[in-house]
Amino acid sequence: MQVVVISNHRVPVVTHMVWYKAGSADELPGKSGAAHLLEHLMFKGTKNLPSGEFSKTVARIGGSENAFTSLDYTGYYQNVAVEHLEAMMTMEADRMKNLVLDPKEVDTERLVVLEERSQRTDNNPGSVLREHVRGALFMNHPYRRPIIGWEHEIRALSVDDLRAFYDKWYAPANAILVVAGDITLERLKPMAERTYGKIPASVPIQRGRPTEPPQKASRRVMLKDARVRQASWSRSYLAPSRITSISEGAGKEHSYALEVLSGVIGGGATSQIYRSLVVEQKLAVSAGAGYGSGALGPSRFSFYASPTPGVSMDTLEKAMEGEIATLLKDGVSADEVARVKKSMFAEAVYARDSLSAGAQVLGSALVSGKTISDVESWPHRIADVTVEQVNAAAHAVLENRPSVTALLQGEDPQ
Amino acid sequence: MRFLKLIVIVSIVTGLWPCEEAQANHKPGHMVNVVRVISPGGIEAWLVSDHLNPIINMRFAFRGAATLDPEGKEGLANMVSGLLDEGSGDLDSQAFQRRLEDLSIVLRFDAGRDTFRGRLKTLSDNKDAAFALLKSAIGSPRFDDEPVNRIRSQILAGLRRSSQDPGTVAGLTLAAELFPGHPYGRPVEGTPESVKAISGDDLKTFVHERLALDNLVIGVVGDIRPDELGRRLDQVFLDLPASSKASNVKEAQPQISGRTKVVKMAVPQSAIVFAQKGIKRDDPDFYKAYVLNHILGGGGFTSRLYDEIREKRGLAYSIGSYLYPTRHAGLLRGYGGTANKRVGETLKVLKSEWWRMADKGVDGKTLKDAKTYLIGSYPLRFTSSGNIAAILVSMQLENLGIDFLDRRNSLVAGVSLNDVNAMAKRLLDPDNLVIVVVGSPEGVTSTP
Repeated sequence: MQVVVISNHRVPVVTHMVWYKAGSADELPGKSGAAHLLEHLMFKGTKNLPSGEFSKTVARIGGSENAFTSLDYTGYYQNVAVEHLEAMMTMEADRMKNLVLDPKEVDTERLVVLEERSQRTDNNPGSVLREHVRGALFMNHPYRRPIIGWEHEIRALSVDDLRAFYDKWYAPANAILVVAGDITLERLKPMAERTYGKIPASVPIQRGRPTEPPQKASRRVMLKDARVRQASWSRSYLAPSRITSISEGAGKEHSYALEVLSGVIGGGATSQIYRSLVVEQKLAVSAGAGYGSGALGPSRFSFYASPTPGVSMDTLEKAMEGEIATLLKDGVSADEVARVKKSMFAEAVYARDSLSAGAQVLGSALVSGKTISDVESWPHRIADVTVEQVNAAAHAVLENRPSVTALLQGEDPQ
Repeated sequence: MRFLKLIVIVSIVTGLWPCEEAQANHKPGHMVNVVRVISPGGIEAWLVSDHLNPIINMRFAFRGAATLDPEGKEGLANMVSGLLDEGSGDLDSQAFQRRLEDLSIVLRFDAGRDTFRGRLKTLSDNKDAAFALLKSAIGSPRFDDEPVNRIRSQILAGLRRSSQDPGTVAGLTLAAELFPGHPYGRPVEGTPESVKAISGDDLKTFVHERLALDNLVIGVVGDIRPDELGRRLDQVFLDLPASSKASNVKEAQPQISGRTKVVKMAVPQSAIVFAQKGIKRDDPDFYKAYVLNHILGGGGFTSRLYDEIREKRGLAYSIGSYLYPTRHAGLLRGYGGTANKRVGETLKVLKSEWWRMADKGVDGKTLKDAKTYLIGSYPLRFTSSGNIAAILVSMQLENLGIDFLDRRNSLVAGVSLNDVNAMAKRLLDPDNLVIVVVGSPEGVTSTP
């Protein structure tokens, strides 16, 4: 088990997090939603603790807690006064090994998750379309499945399915402990030995996932729904993440340059796309671009816009294509690159101000294949990004590459 | 986002990872110490100096916001909040935004019902520019046609989007049900018609009438000392008018009618919101109600509503209740979401929990656990400078006193079993809960 301590003594409080290197993309085919439903069930009982007692204990000591499931990882955390840290570690270690999956509780919690799915996804046409974009963009990689799972597969998950996922992935060798706050390594270490140290480590598991075939065709997904009152448009290209970038080989490590690129063309009120489509041409009420480098598997580079009333999707799409073409033809300017790099550094300083931000950044990096030195060297790597690298990354990801274009529209022509 | 200096990493216990690095941080811990700063010009701010990071966070609020929007111009305060960072003084919108971005200064405004709030976050190195931009934003906003039209379009797009969001529609419907004829019944963001009716003069009038020294409170946290803050306060705020236009908003009496209202929408899950009379923040019994609500439907994973509706029956993903004290009314409100065919069952359980609490109250152990939680979790709110600055502002808006942080936990601790159970009987009114359901609920209809 890898352990990370981030000392911050502002208040006598700690954030205690355990991250498992298993997320929705590690589920077996047909078992979508298993990672997330299991995350919910981790709040039920263990061989040593009756159902519900975990949360009651956290509440009784004045702690707050939650958990999250992502494509690449599942995490659990509590924020507590530092004197209760070891009690949290004891309980977290207990449910890492001794979870009880009661069939009746599984069925009840399944209903909760189905409601969660309705609330997050099915109640919102935009979210429904985003699921289809993901399904189209990733033809073979398990990122094509929604984290929360497909409804019919959530309904079909058995206790055995959940047990199998738990047994395979939940063990110290596949977990990372992050403790941030009023704590030092010297004080944490004996506590960790008394708690997680008692569990057999198991062996780290290689995550064998299907990979993408060469993509040769662009795709369009369209959702027309009477509920939609504000149309929107997006286009997504497959792009390397930091991790997949490494395996591309020398000269093709585009992830840092793509982070800068997304800031220059699509990040905020002075970016190229917003200025052109929203401020000057007035074709869109909002517009931008986005990229995230964090995934263990492939990532994407996306453009998005919502049309001004009276502007057709076709006009908007052509305008956005014009922006992309201009970018590829003229490239980005040195000034813009310098500005974006500067504001990225400031964000990093701001992140130091929050107790949980540091734990979040480190945990999510380590659990999806990066190292501490990746995290620490990030500012230097961003500082090193050149205009040429940004332009090369734009060409590699956007020029004549297949993409997925998504249109969300109401039933009346807009 | 990803730059952290204070990292220690070791491998322990299971020995699968090599030891990579060990470096401890020995900065001393310190408590939150609130200082009252009065500027040479007489402007007050509450300050927590904290030099750990080179960051300054300022939050401030002007009393009086959306409730004062003129009839037919609902959404005015909200629109101003979207435009103060869109050009002022010599800088047009793009120039202003570019200056903020170049210097990584965060400057934002938000309008609520009762307060118009602002936040400024800057690195210490850029504080001169940050305070100058803030002064310009509140003192000489330009309201040029281009940003006014653009922000108006964005607000209208947001209204179109949220008009089909069940949770948003439920909240607006509930407000209208509770406060007919009172500004609290109107939408903070306005309606498409009212937003289109707002003129440039309206925007200027709002700034002139509302942003004044007599209704301003300020909280600051971070890398700045009291004497310097005093000078900065005068620099930023002293040119504002001394007094704001008097508020004509009356105390509001919510219509606690026991009515159920269903708004039809084609969604698989119905959004449910509900409310009854609550208690205001300055009520001497506030903490009794606060502890009571925590047990009934408050935060965390242990409230009765959570337990009965989610844990035991799987009826909802989110369910809870909260005290909603505003300047002119007190409410106890709640929310939930459940499949259309289970709305009836959910409402039944909700009401029966309301009855059970009113009838039987709570036992000593439940109260003790609740108080331990509310006391023990309080420090968790002090884990970022922005949060602390926001608390400093709230303390002033609610007249809680500068020593409130020292007294707050004893106020919770002082709530007795008798207090909570008497409050449950006095406050909870299950027959008169006003309920709004947005969706296609089966077997639940509007009260005629």
